[in-house]
Amino acid sequence: MDVFIGLLTVFVLAMFVGFEVITKIPPILHTPLMSGSNAISGITIIGAILSAGTKLTMLTTVLSLLAVMLAMANVVGGFLITHRMLRMFRTKGRA
Amino acid sequence: MNPAVIQLAYLFSCVLFIAGFMQLSRPKTAKRGNLLGASGMLLAIVVTLLDKQIVSFEIIFVGLLVGTALGIFMALTTPMTAMPQMVGLLNGFGGAASALVTGAVLIEMLSLGNPLTLQFRIATAASSLIGTLTLFGSLVAAGKLQGFIEERPIRYKGEQGIKLLVLFVCLFLGSMLTARPDTLWTYWALLGVSALLGVLLTAPIGGADMPVVICLMNSYSGLAGAATGFVLSNTALIIAGSLVGASGIILTQIMCKAMNRSLANVLLGGFGELKEDTSLAGTIYAGRVKSADPEEVAMLLEAASRVVLVPGYGLAVAQAQYAVRDLYNYLTSLGIEVDFAIHPVAGRMPGHMSVLLAEVDIPYEKLKEIGEINPEFEQVDVAIVVGANDVVNPLANTDPNSPIAGMPILEVYKAKTVVVIKRSLSPGFAGVPNPLFAYDNTLMLFADAKQALQAVLASLKELKA
Repeated sequence: MDVFIGLLTVFVLAMFVGFEVITKIPPILHTPLMSGSNAISGITIIGAILSAGTKLTMLTTVLSLLAVMLAMANVVGGFLITHRMLRMFRTKGRA
Repeated sequence: MNPAVIQLAYLFSCVLFIAGFMQLSRPKTAKRGNLLGASGMLLAIVVTLLDKQIVSFEIIFVGLLVGTALGIFMALTTPMTAMPQMVGLLNGFGGAASALVTGAVLIEMLSLGNPLTLQFRIATAASSLIGTLTLFGSLVAAGKLQGFIEERPIRYKGEQGIKLLVLFVCLFLGSMLTARPDTLWTYWALLGVSALLGVLLTAPIGGADMPVVICLMNSYSGLAGAATGFVLSNTALIIAGSLVGASGIILTQIMCKAMNRSLANVLLGGFGELKEDTSLAGTIYAGRVKSADPEEVAMLLEAASRVVLVPGYGLAVAQAQYAVRDLYNYLTSLGIEVDFAIHPVAGRMPGHMSVLLAEVDIPYEKLKEIGEINPEFEQVDVAIVVGANDVVNPLANTDPNSPIAGMPILEVYKAKTVVVIKRSLSPGFAGVPNPLFAYDNTLMLFADAKQALQAVLASLKELKA
Protein backbone atom coordinates (compact mmCIF):
# COMPACT_ATOMS: atom_id res chain seq x y z
CA MET A 1 0.00 0.00 0.00
CA ASP A 2 2.84 2.38 0.89
CA VAL A 3 4.40 1.80 -2.50
CA PHE A 4 1.11 2.57 -4.17
CA ILE A 5 0.62 5.86 -2.31
CA GLY A 6 4.14 6.91 -3.27
CA LEU A 7 3.53 6.12 -6.92
CA LEU A 8 0.15 7.84 -6.89
CA THR A 9 1.79 10.96 -5.45
CA VAL A 10 4.32 10.93 -8.27
CA PHE A 11 1.54 10.47 -10.84
CA VAL A 12 -0.60 13.35 -9.58
CA LEU A 13 2.31 15.76 -9.22
CA ALA A 14 3.68 14.86 -12.66
CA MET A 15 0.26 15.61 -14.19
CA PHE A 16 0.41 19.08 -12.66
CA VAL A 17 3.94 19.65 -13.93
CA GLY A 18 2.71 18.57 -17.36
CA PHE A 19 -0.22 21.02 -17.33
CA GLU A 20 2.04 23.84 -16.14
CA VAL A 21 4.79 23.29 -18.71
CA ILE A 22 2.62 22.52 -21.71
CA THR A 23 0.19 25.43 -21.31
CA LYS A 24 3.13 27.71 -22.17
CA ILE A 25 3.70 26.19 -25.60
CA PRO A 26 2.40 28.46 -28.43
CA PRO A 27 -0.03 27.13 -31.09
CA ILE A 28 2.49 27.28 -33.93
CA LEU A 29 4.49 24.59 -32.12
CA HIS A 30 1.54 22.32 -31.37
CA THR A 31 2.30 19.77 -34.07
CA PRO A 32 5.93 19.29 -32.96
CA LEU A 33 4.65 19.17 -29.37
CA MET A 34 2.33 16.32 -30.28
CA SER A 35 4.93 14.32 -32.15
CA GLY A 36 7.53 14.98 -29.47
CA SER A 37 5.29 14.03 -26.58
CA ASN A 38 4.22 11.08 -28.68
CA ALA A 39 7.84 9.91 -28.75
CA ILE A 40 8.04 10.26 -24.97
CA SER A 41 4.97 8.06 -24.55
CA GLY A 42 7.20 5.37 -26.07
CA ILE A 43 8.80 5.20 -22.59
CA THR A 44 6.85 1.98 -22.23
CA ILE A 45 9.88 0.54 -24.06
CA ILE A 46 11.51 0.16 -20.64
CA GLY A 47 8.88 -2.36 -19.61
CA ALA A 48 9.08 -4.02 -23.00
CA ILE A 49 12.87 -4.47 -22.77
CA LEU A 50 12.74 -5.92 -19.25
CA SER A 51 10.04 -8.33 -20.28
CA ALA A 52 11.74 -9.35 -23.51
CA GLY A 53 14.98 -9.99 -21.60
CA THR A 54 13.43 -12.43 -19.14
CA LYS A 55 12.50 -14.85 -21.94
CA LEU A 56 10.21 -16.85 -19.72
CA THR A 57 7.77 -18.52 -22.09
CA MET A 58 7.21 -18.49 -25.82
CA LEU A 59 4.07 -16.38 -25.38
CA THR A 60 5.67 -13.68 -23.23
CA THR A 61 8.60 -13.55 -25.63
CA VAL A 62 6.36 -12.98 -28.63
CA LEU A 63 4.28 -10.34 -26.82
CA SER A 64 7.30 -8.47 -25.55
CA LEU A 65 9.13 -8.66 -28.88
CA LEU A 66 6.14 -7.01 -30.52
CA ALA A 67 6.04 -4.43 -27.72
CA VAL A 68 9.75 -3.60 -28.14
CA MET A 69 9.32 -3.14 -31.88
CA LEU A 70 6.26 -0.92 -31.62
CA ALA A 71 7.61 1.17 -28.75
CA MET A 72 10.96 1.63 -30.48
CA ALA A 73 9.26 2.66 -33.74
CA ASN A 74 7.24 5.14 -31.68
CA VAL A 75 10.36 6.54 -29.98
CA VAL A 76 12.60 6.77 -33.04
CA GLY A 77 9.86 7.85 -35.44
CA GLY A 78 8.51 10.42 -32.99
CA PHE A 79 11.78 12.16 -32.17
CA LEU A 80 13.04 12.04 -35.75
CA ILE A 81 9.88 13.50 -37.29
CA THR A 82 9.83 16.22 -34.62
CA HIS A 83 13.43 17.07 -35.44
CA ARG A 84 12.60 17.17 -39.15
CA MET A 85 9.73 19.56 -38.49
CA LEU A 86 11.56 21.84 -36.08
CA ARG A 87 14.47 22.17 -38.48
CA MET A 88 12.07 23.87 -40.88
CA PHE A 89 10.92 26.56 -38.47
CA ARG A 90 12.92 29.60 -39.45
CA THR A 91 13.00 33.23 -38.56
CA LYS A 92 13.35 36.13 -40.98
CA GLY A 93 17.11 36.52 -41.07
CA ARG A 94 17.55 32.93 -42.23
CA ALA A 95 20.33 31.60 -44.38
CA MET B 1 23.98 -2.60 -11.95
CA ASN B 2 22.90 -1.30 -8.58
CA PRO B 3 19.10 -0.75 -8.61
CA ALA B 4 19.52 2.62 -6.89
CA VAL B 5 21.76 3.82 -9.71
CA ILE B 6 19.19 2.68 -12.24
CA GLN B 7 16.46 4.57 -10.39
CA LEU B 8 18.59 7.72 -10.29
CA ALA B 9 19.23 7.44 -14.01
CA TYR B 10 15.47 7.17 -14.60
CA LEU B 11 14.98 10.29 -12.49
CA PHE B 12 17.53 12.09 -14.65
CA SER B 13 15.66 10.95 -17.77
CA CYS B 14 12.46 12.47 -16.42
CA VAL B 15 14.25 15.73 -15.67
CA LEU B 16 15.43 15.77 -19.28
CA PHE B 17 11.87 15.17 -20.53
CA ILE B 18 10.52 18.09 -18.50
CA ALA B 19 13.40 20.38 -19.48
CA GLY B 20 12.77 19.35 -23.08
CA PHE B 21 9.12 20.38 -22.85
CA MET B 22 10.17 23.71 -21.34
CA GLN B 23 12.54 24.38 -24.25
CA LEU B 24 9.77 23.48 -26.67
CA SER B 25 7.89 26.63 -25.72
CA ARG B 26 9.86 28.83 -28.13
CA PRO B 27 10.64 28.19 -31.80
CA LYS B 28 14.26 29.20 -31.18
CA THR B 29 14.96 26.59 -28.52
CA ALA B 30 12.44 23.97 -29.61
CA LYS B 31 14.98 21.89 -31.53
CA ARG B 32 17.19 21.67 -28.46
CA GLY B 33 14.13 20.70 -26.40
CA ASN B 34 13.43 17.77 -28.67
CA LEU B 35 17.06 16.65 -28.48
CA LEU B 36 16.90 16.82 -24.66
CA GLY B 37 13.84 14.60 -24.73
CA ALA B 38 15.57 12.17 -27.07
CA SER B 39 18.68 11.98 -24.85
CA GLY B 40 16.45 11.32 -21.85
CA MET B 41 14.93 8.41 -23.73
CA LEU B 42 18.35 7.09 -24.83
CA LEU B 43 19.55 7.18 -21.23
CA ALA B 44 16.46 5.34 -20.02
CA ILE B 45 16.91 2.62 -22.66
CA VAL B 46 20.65 2.13 -22.04
CA VAL B 47 20.17 1.93 -18.28
CA THR B 48 17.36 -0.58 -18.68
CA LEU B 49 19.65 -2.79 -20.77
CA LEU B 50 21.99 -2.99 -17.74
CA ASP B 51 19.26 -4.34 -15.48
CA LYS B 52 20.23 -7.71 -14.02
CA GLN B 53 16.74 -9.09 -14.59
CA ILE B 54 17.70 -9.45 -18.24
CA VAL B 55 19.11 -12.88 -19.08
CA SER B 56 19.21 -12.74 -22.83
CA PHE B 57 19.64 -9.93 -25.30
CA GLU B 58 18.87 -11.42 -28.69
CA ILE B 59 15.10 -10.78 -28.61
CA ILE B 60 15.66 -7.26 -27.32
CA PHE B 61 18.11 -6.38 -30.06
CA VAL B 62 15.94 -7.83 -32.80
CA GLY B 63 13.05 -5.73 -31.49
CA LEU B 64 15.12 -2.56 -31.16
CA LEU B 65 16.58 -3.01 -34.63
CA VAL B 66 13.26 -3.62 -36.38
CA GLY B 67 11.59 -0.80 -34.43
CA THR B 68 14.38 1.64 -35.24
CA ALA B 69 14.26 0.79 -38.93
CA LEU B 70 10.48 1.16 -39.00
CA GLY B 71 10.65 4.48 -37.11
CA ILE B 72 13.32 5.92 -39.39
CA PHE B 73 11.46 4.79 -42.49
CA MET B 74 8.20 6.37 -41.33
CA ALA B 75 9.81 9.62 -40.20
CA LEU B 76 11.81 10.16 -43.37
CA THR B 77 9.26 9.14 -45.98
CA THR B 78 6.14 10.86 -44.64
CA PRO B 79 5.38 14.15 -46.42
CA MET B 80 4.48 17.13 -44.23
CA THR B 81 0.91 17.08 -45.56
CA ALA B 82 0.45 13.58 -44.10
CA MET B 83 1.74 14.51 -40.65
CA PRO B 84 -1.63 14.05 -38.86
CA GLN B 85 -1.90 10.40 -40.01
CA MET B 86 1.71 9.75 -39.04
CA VAL B 87 1.31 11.16 -35.53
CA GLY B 88 -1.97 9.28 -35.18
CA LEU B 89 -0.32 6.00 -36.13
CA LEU B 90 2.59 6.52 -33.73
CA ASN B 91 0.13 7.21 -30.88
CA GLY B 92 -1.42 3.86 -31.68
CA PHE B 93 1.98 2.11 -31.57
CA GLY B 94 2.67 3.51 -28.09
CA GLY B 95 -0.73 2.41 -26.80
CA ALA B 96 -0.35 -1.07 -28.31
CA ALA B 97 3.12 -1.49 -26.79
CA SER B 98 1.76 -0.65 -23.34
CA ALA B 99 -1.07 -3.17 -23.63
CA LEU B 100 1.32 -5.88 -24.85
CA VAL B 101 3.90 -5.27 -22.11
CA THR B 102 1.14 -5.52 -19.53
CA GLY B 103 0.01 -8.84 -20.96
CA ALA B 104 3.55 -10.24 -21.01
CA VAL B 105 4.15 -9.18 -17.39
CA LEU B 106 0.83 -10.63 -16.27
CA ILE B 107 1.65 -14.01 -17.85
CA GLU B 108 5.13 -13.92 -16.28
CA MET B 109 3.76 -13.22 -12.83
CA LEU B 110 1.17 -15.96 -13.16
CA SER B 111 3.64 -18.59 -14.33
CA LEU B 112 6.08 -17.68 -11.57
CA GLY B 113 3.23 -17.90 -9.07
CA ASN B 114 3.97 -14.43 -7.67
CA PRO B 115 1.27 -12.80 -5.55
CA LEU B 116 -0.54 -10.03 -7.44
CA THR B 117 -1.26 -6.82 -5.55
CA LEU B 118 -4.46 -4.88 -6.07
CA GLN B 119 -2.45 -2.06 -7.61
CA PHE B 120 -0.95 -4.49 -10.14
CA ARG B 121 -4.36 -5.92 -11.04
CA ILE B 122 -6.16 -2.61 -11.50
CA ALA B 123 -3.26 -1.15 -13.48
CA THR B 124 -3.17 -4.26 -15.67
CA ALA B 125 -6.82 -3.84 -16.57
CA ALA B 126 -6.43 -0.08 -17.16
CA SER B 127 -3.34 -0.40 -19.33
CA SER B 128 -4.84 -3.19 -21.47
CA LEU B 129 -8.06 -1.25 -21.98
CA ILE B 130 -6.58 2.19 -22.69
CA GLY B 131 -3.67 0.87 -24.74
CA THR B 132 -5.84 -1.19 -27.09
CA LEU B 133 -8.44 1.55 -27.37
CA THR B 134 -5.62 3.92 -28.38
CA LEU B 135 -4.31 1.55 -31.04
CA PHE B 136 -7.64 0.94 -32.74
CA GLY B 137 -8.95 4.47 -32.33
CA SER B 138 -5.75 5.77 -33.88
CA LEU B 139 -5.90 3.27 -36.74
CA VAL B 140 -9.40 4.42 -37.66
CA ALA B 141 -8.41 8.09 -37.34
CA ALA B 142 -5.31 7.59 -39.50
CA GLY B 143 -7.40 5.61 -42.01
CA LYS B 144 -9.90 8.45 -42.26
CA LEU B 145 -7.16 11.03 -42.73
CA GLN B 146 -5.42 8.91 -45.35
CA GLY B 147 -8.72 8.31 -47.16
CA PHE B 148 -8.79 4.52 -46.62
CA ILE B 149 -11.94 4.89 -44.53
CA GLU B 150 -14.96 7.10 -45.25
CA GLU B 151 -14.06 10.52 -43.88
CA ARG B 152 -17.65 11.56 -43.22
CA PRO B 153 -19.22 10.29 -39.99
CA ILE B 154 -20.29 6.65 -40.21
CA ARG B 155 -23.71 6.44 -38.54
CA TYR B 156 -26.09 3.56 -37.92
CA LYS B 157 -29.25 2.85 -35.95
CA GLY B 158 -28.86 2.58 -32.18
CA GLU B 159 -25.30 3.87 -32.40
CA GLN B 160 -25.08 5.55 -29.00
CA GLY B 161 -26.67 2.55 -27.29
CA ILE B 162 -24.23 0.11 -28.88
CA LYS B 163 -21.26 2.28 -27.91
CA LEU B 164 -22.51 2.46 -24.34
CA LEU B 165 -23.06 -1.30 -24.22
CA VAL B 166 -19.54 -2.04 -25.48
CA LEU B 167 -18.12 0.42 -22.95
CA PHE B 168 -19.93 -1.45 -20.16
CA VAL B 169 -18.63 -4.80 -21.41
CA CYS B 170 -15.12 -3.29 -21.35
CA LEU B 171 -15.52 -2.07 -17.79
CA PHE B 172 -17.04 -5.42 -16.76
CA LEU B 173 -14.16 -7.41 -18.25
CA GLY B 174 -11.76 -4.95 -16.64
CA SER B 175 -13.20 -5.59 -13.21
CA MET B 176 -13.21 -9.35 -13.89
CA LEU B 177 -9.52 -9.15 -14.73
CA THR B 178 -8.95 -7.22 -11.52
CA ALA B 179 -10.89 -9.73 -9.42
CA ARG B 180 -9.56 -12.93 -11.02
CA PRO B 181 -6.33 -12.14 -12.90
CA ASP B 182 -5.46 -15.86 -13.05
CA THR B 183 -8.19 -16.45 -15.64
CA LEU B 184 -6.07 -15.28 -18.52
CA TRP B 185 -8.87 -15.36 -21.09
CA THR B 186 -10.31 -12.18 -19.58
CA TYR B 187 -7.10 -10.37 -20.64
CA TRP B 188 -7.59 -11.48 -24.25
CA ALA B 189 -11.32 -10.75 -24.14
CA LEU B 190 -10.59 -7.29 -22.75
CA LEU B 191 -8.16 -6.63 -25.62
CA GLY B 192 -10.81 -7.69 -28.16
CA VAL B 193 -13.64 -5.62 -26.74
CA SER B 194 -11.43 -2.55 -26.19
CA ALA B 195 -10.38 -2.79 -29.82
CA LEU B 196 -14.04 -2.83 -30.83
CA LEU B 197 -14.70 0.18 -28.60
CA GLY B 198 -11.83 2.07 -30.23
CA VAL B 199 -13.31 1.49 -33.67
CA LEU B 200 -16.89 2.27 -32.63
CA LEU B 201 -15.89 5.51 -30.92
CA THR B 202 -13.87 6.89 -33.84
CA ALA B 203 -15.86 5.78 -36.88
CA PRO B 204 -18.81 8.19 -36.31
CA ILE B 205 -16.49 11.20 -35.94
CA GLY B 206 -15.98 13.27 -39.08
CA GLY B 207 -12.67 14.20 -40.69
CA ALA B 208 -12.54 17.82 -39.53
CA ASP B 209 -12.94 16.69 -35.92
CA MET B 210 -9.84 14.51 -36.22
CA PRO B 211 -7.62 17.12 -34.50
CA VAL B 212 -9.59 16.46 -31.32
CA VAL B 213 -9.42 12.68 -31.74
CA ILE B 214 -5.67 12.76 -32.35
CA CYS B 215 -5.12 14.95 -29.26
CA LEU B 216 -7.21 12.58 -27.20
CA MET B 217 -5.35 9.50 -28.48
CA ASN B 218 -2.11 11.32 -27.68
CA SER B 219 -3.33 11.74 -24.15
CA TYR B 220 -4.45 8.09 -23.93
CA SER B 221 -1.11 6.78 -25.17
CA GLY B 222 0.50 8.65 -22.28
CA LEU B 223 -2.05 7.42 -19.75
CA ALA B 224 -1.58 3.83 -20.98
CA GLY B 225 2.15 4.29 -20.36
CA ALA B 226 1.48 5.64 -16.87
CA ALA B 227 -0.80 2.66 -16.16
CA THR B 228 1.99 0.33 -17.27
CA GLY B 229 4.17 2.24 -14.80
CA PHE B 230 1.78 1.19 -12.02
CA VAL B 231 1.93 -2.41 -13.31
CA LEU B 232 5.73 -2.39 -13.04
CA SER B 233 5.92 0.04 -10.09
CA ASN B 234 8.25 2.11 -12.26
CA THR B 235 8.34 5.87 -11.65
CA ALA B 236 9.96 6.74 -15.01
CA LEU B 237 6.95 5.33 -16.85
CA ILE B 238 4.53 7.03 -14.52
CA ILE B 239 6.16 10.46 -14.85
CA ALA B 240 6.71 10.36 -18.61
CA GLY B 241 3.26 8.87 -19.17
CA SER B 242 1.47 11.50 -17.12
CA LEU B 243 3.39 14.33 -18.84
CA VAL B 244 2.13 13.08 -22.18
CA GLY B 245 -1.33 12.48 -20.75
CA ALA B 246 -1.47 16.08 -19.52
CA SER B 247 -0.19 17.42 -22.82
CA GLY B 248 -2.90 15.58 -24.76
CA ILE B 249 -5.62 16.78 -22.39
CA ILE B 250 -4.55 20.42 -22.79
CA LEU B 251 -4.44 20.17 -26.58
CA THR B 252 -7.87 18.52 -26.57
CA GLN B 253 -9.27 21.39 -24.52
CA ILE B 254 -7.72 24.00 -26.82
CA MET B 255 -9.19 22.33 -29.90
CA CYS B 256 -12.68 22.07 -28.39
CA LYS B 257 -12.58 25.68 -27.28
CA ALA B 258 -11.54 26.80 -30.76
CA MET B 259 -14.73 25.21 -32.09
CA ASN B 260 -16.92 26.25 -29.15
CA ARG B 261 -17.97 22.64 -28.70
CA SER B 262 -17.77 20.34 -25.71
CA LEU B 263 -15.63 17.23 -25.78
CA ALA B 264 -18.79 15.16 -25.34
CA ASN B 265 -20.31 16.79 -28.42
CA VAL B 266 -17.24 15.84 -30.48
CA LEU B 267 -17.05 12.30 -29.09
CA LEU B 268 -20.71 11.48 -29.63
CA GLY B 269 -19.91 11.89 -33.29
CA GLY B 270 -22.03 12.77 -36.26
CA PHE B 271 -20.92 16.39 -36.61
CA GLY B 272 -20.56 17.25 -40.28
CA GLU B 273 -22.98 14.68 -41.60
CA LEU B 274 -24.03 15.55 -45.12
CA LYS B 275 -27.33 17.31 -44.76
CA GLU B 276 -27.81 19.50 -47.81
CA ASP B 277 -29.78 22.59 -46.95
CA THR B 278 -29.96 24.04 -50.42
CA SER B 279 -32.95 26.26 -49.69
CA LEU B 280 -31.01 28.33 -47.19
CA ALA B 281 -27.95 28.38 -49.44
CA GLY B 282 -30.20 29.54 -52.29
CA THR B 283 -31.55 32.56 -50.44
CA ILE B 284 -28.16 33.51 -49.06
CA TYR B 285 -26.27 33.28 -52.32
CA ALA B 286 -29.00 34.21 -54.82
CA GLY B 287 -27.58 36.60 -57.38
CA ARG B 288 -25.20 38.12 -54.89
CA VAL B 289 -22.08 36.05 -55.42
CA LYS B 290 -19.47 37.82 -57.54
CA SER B 291 -16.77 35.79 -59.16
CA ALA B 292 -13.45 37.11 -60.32
CA ASP B 293 -10.67 35.82 -62.55
CA PRO B 294 -6.97 35.70 -61.66
CA GLU B 295 -6.25 38.94 -63.57
CA GLU B 296 -8.69 40.94 -61.42
CA VAL B 297 -7.20 39.50 -58.25
CA ALA B 298 -3.73 40.38 -59.50
CA MET B 299 -4.82 43.97 -60.06
CA LEU B 300 -6.21 44.16 -56.53
CA LEU B 301 -2.95 42.84 -55.14
CA GLU B 302 -0.89 45.29 -57.17
CA ALA B 303 -2.72 48.17 -55.52
CA ALA B 304 -2.59 46.68 -52.01
CA SER B 305 -0.18 47.55 -49.24
CA ARG B 306 -1.32 44.96 -46.72
CA VAL B 307 -2.35 41.40 -47.59
CA VAL B 308 -3.38 38.53 -45.29
CA LEU B 309 -3.52 34.91 -46.43
CA VAL B 310 -5.91 32.58 -44.60
CA PRO B 311 -4.94 28.94 -45.18
CA GLY B 312 -7.19 25.97 -44.40
CA TYR B 313 -7.19 22.23 -44.88
CA GLY B 314 -7.88 22.74 -48.60
CA LEU B 315 -4.35 24.13 -48.90
CA ALA B 316 -2.95 20.83 -47.69
CA VAL B 317 -5.26 18.80 -49.94
CA ALA B 318 -4.29 20.81 -53.03
CA GLN B 319 -0.58 20.67 -52.01
CA ALA B 320 -0.62 24.41 -52.63
CA GLN B 321 1.95 25.40 -50.01
CA TYR B 322 4.67 26.01 -52.63
CA ALA B 323 2.32 28.16 -54.73
CA VAL B 324 1.54 30.15 -51.56
CA ARG B 325 5.24 30.59 -50.90
CA ASP B 326 5.92 31.87 -54.44
CA LEU B 327 3.09 34.41 -54.19
CA TYR B 328 4.26 35.44 -50.71
CA ASN B 329 7.83 35.97 -51.91
CA TYR B 330 6.76 38.01 -54.92
CA LEU B 331 4.36 40.22 -52.94
CA THR B 332 7.02 40.81 -50.29
CA SER B 333 9.53 41.77 -52.98
CA LEU B 334 7.03 44.43 -54.14
CA GLY B 335 7.11 45.89 -50.64
CA ILE B 336 3.65 44.61 -49.71
CA GLU B 337 3.22 43.49 -46.11
CA VAL B 338 1.98 39.88 -46.08
CA ASP B 339 0.84 37.91 -43.03
CA PHE B 340 -0.81 34.56 -42.48
CA ALA B 341 -3.87 34.20 -40.25
CA ILE B 342 -3.92 30.79 -38.58
CA HIS B 343 -7.07 29.42 -36.96
CA PRO B 344 -6.37 26.85 -34.21
CA VAL B 345 -8.46 24.17 -35.92
CA ALA B 346 -7.35 24.87 -39.49
CA GLY B 347 -6.13 21.57 -40.87
CA ARG B 348 -6.37 18.12 -39.43
CA MET B 349 -4.21 18.43 -36.32
CA PRO B 350 -3.16 21.21 -33.95
CA GLY B 351 -0.57 23.40 -35.63
CA HIS B 352 -0.96 21.66 -39.01
CA MET B 353 -0.83 24.90 -41.03
CA SER B 354 2.25 26.16 -39.18
CA VAL B 355 4.14 23.04 -40.20
CA LEU B 356 3.08 23.29 -43.86
CA LEU B 357 4.11 26.94 -44.03
CA ALA B 358 7.36 26.28 -42.18
CA GLU B 359 8.12 23.62 -44.77
CA VAL B 360 8.14 26.28 -47.48
CA ASP B 361 10.32 28.67 -45.46
CA ILE B 362 7.69 31.19 -44.38
CA PRO B 363 9.25 32.90 -41.31
CA TYR B 364 7.24 32.01 -38.22
CA GLU B 365 6.83 35.68 -37.21
CA LYS B 366 4.46 35.94 -40.17
CA LEU B 367 2.03 33.41 -38.71
CA LYS B 368 -0.55 35.30 -36.66
CA GLU B 369 -2.93 33.77 -34.17
CA ILE B 370 -6.61 34.60 -34.17
CA GLY B 371 -6.47 37.10 -31.27
CA GLU B 372 -3.55 38.90 -32.84
CA ILE B 373 -4.87 39.26 -36.38
CA ASN B 374 -8.60 39.89 -35.84
CA PRO B 375 -8.22 43.54 -34.67
CA GLU B 376 -6.00 44.16 -37.71
CA PHE B 377 -8.32 43.01 -40.50
CA GLU B 378 -9.82 46.50 -40.86
CA GLN B 379 -6.46 47.75 -42.09
CA VAL B 380 -6.05 44.86 -44.52
CA ASP B 381 -6.50 45.65 -48.21
CA VAL B 382 -6.88 42.09 -49.49
CA ALA B 383 -7.57 38.96 -47.46
CA ILE B 384 -7.11 35.77 -49.49
CA VAL B 385 -8.87 32.69 -48.13
CA VAL B 386 -7.28 29.50 -49.48
CA GLY B 387 -9.08 26.24 -48.74
CA ALA B 388 -10.74 27.44 -45.51
CA ASN B 389 -14.47 27.81 -45.00
CA ASP B 390 -16.07 27.30 -41.58
CA VAL B 391 -13.29 29.18 -39.76
CA VAL B 392 -14.17 32.39 -41.67
CA ASN B 393 -17.96 31.94 -41.57
CA PRO B 394 -19.64 35.04 -40.02
CA LEU B 395 -22.70 32.89 -39.15
CA ALA B 396 -20.72 31.77 -36.11
CA ASN B 397 -21.09 35.30 -34.73
CA THR B 398 -24.57 36.10 -36.03
CA ASP B 399 -26.71 32.94 -35.96
CA PRO B 400 -27.10 31.41 -32.49
CA ASN B 401 -28.82 28.34 -33.97
CA SER B 402 -26.03 27.48 -36.38
CA PRO B 403 -23.99 24.34 -35.63
CA ILE B 404 -20.92 26.56 -35.52
CA ALA B 405 -22.52 29.25 -33.30
CA GLY B 406 -20.03 30.86 -30.94
CA MET B 407 -16.98 29.38 -32.63
CA PRO B 408 -14.24 32.01 -32.72
CA ILE B 409 -13.68 32.92 -36.38
CA LEU B 410 -11.10 34.84 -38.34
CA GLU B 411 -12.94 38.09 -39.14
CA VAL B 412 -11.76 38.38 -42.73
CA TYR B 413 -15.00 40.11 -43.76
CA LYS B 414 -13.64 43.30 -42.17
CA ALA B 415 -10.91 43.52 -44.81
CA LYS B 416 -11.45 45.94 -47.70
CA THR B 417 -11.63 43.07 -50.17
CA VAL B 418 -11.89 39.36 -49.51
CA VAL B 419 -10.85 36.87 -52.16
CA VAL B 420 -12.04 33.33 -51.58
CA ILE B 421 -10.29 30.67 -53.62
CA LYS B 422 -12.59 27.66 -53.74
CA ARG B 423 -13.79 25.14 -56.31
CA SER B 424 -17.51 25.79 -55.75
CA LEU B 425 -20.00 27.21 -53.27
CA SER B 426 -20.24 23.84 -51.50
CA PRO B 427 -20.48 24.08 -47.70
CA GLY B 428 -17.55 23.41 -45.39
CA PHE B 429 -17.33 20.52 -42.97
CA ALA B 430 -20.05 21.90 -40.68
CA GLY B 431 -22.48 21.61 -43.60
CA VAL B 432 -23.71 25.20 -43.40
CA PRO B 433 -23.64 27.83 -46.16
CA ASN B 434 -21.23 30.72 -45.75
CA PRO B 435 -22.78 34.21 -46.17
CA LEU B 436 -19.28 35.62 -46.53
CA PHE B 437 -19.32 34.41 -50.15
CA ALA B 438 -22.18 36.82 -50.89
CA TYR B 439 -20.76 39.85 -49.06
CA ASP B 440 -20.31 43.03 -51.11
CA ASN B 441 -16.58 43.07 -50.51
CA THR B 442 -16.08 39.38 -51.38
CA LEU B 443 -14.86 38.01 -54.70
CA MET B 444 -14.96 34.30 -55.43
CA LEU B 445 -12.16 32.79 -57.48
CA PHE B 446 -13.55 29.40 -58.48
CA ALA B 447 -10.57 27.13 -59.10
CA ASP B 448 -8.17 24.63 -57.63
CA ALA B 449 -6.11 26.38 -54.95
CA LYS B 450 -2.73 25.62 -56.45
CA GLN B 451 -3.64 26.55 -60.03
CA ALA B 452 -5.45 29.70 -58.90
CA LEU B 453 -2.48 30.95 -56.90
CA GLN B 454 -0.12 30.23 -59.77
CA ALA B 455 -2.42 32.03 -62.21
CA VAL B 456 -2.69 35.07 -59.92
CA LEU B 457 1.09 35.21 -59.59
CA ALA B 458 1.56 34.93 -63.36
CA SER B 459 -0.92 37.80 -64.00
CA LEU B 460 0.74 39.90 -61.34
CA LYS B 461 4.15 39.40 -62.94
CA GLU B 462 2.67 40.39 -66.32
CA LEU B 463 1.25 43.57 -64.81
CA LYS B 464 4.63 44.45 -63.42
CA ALA B 465 6.57 43.57 -66.55
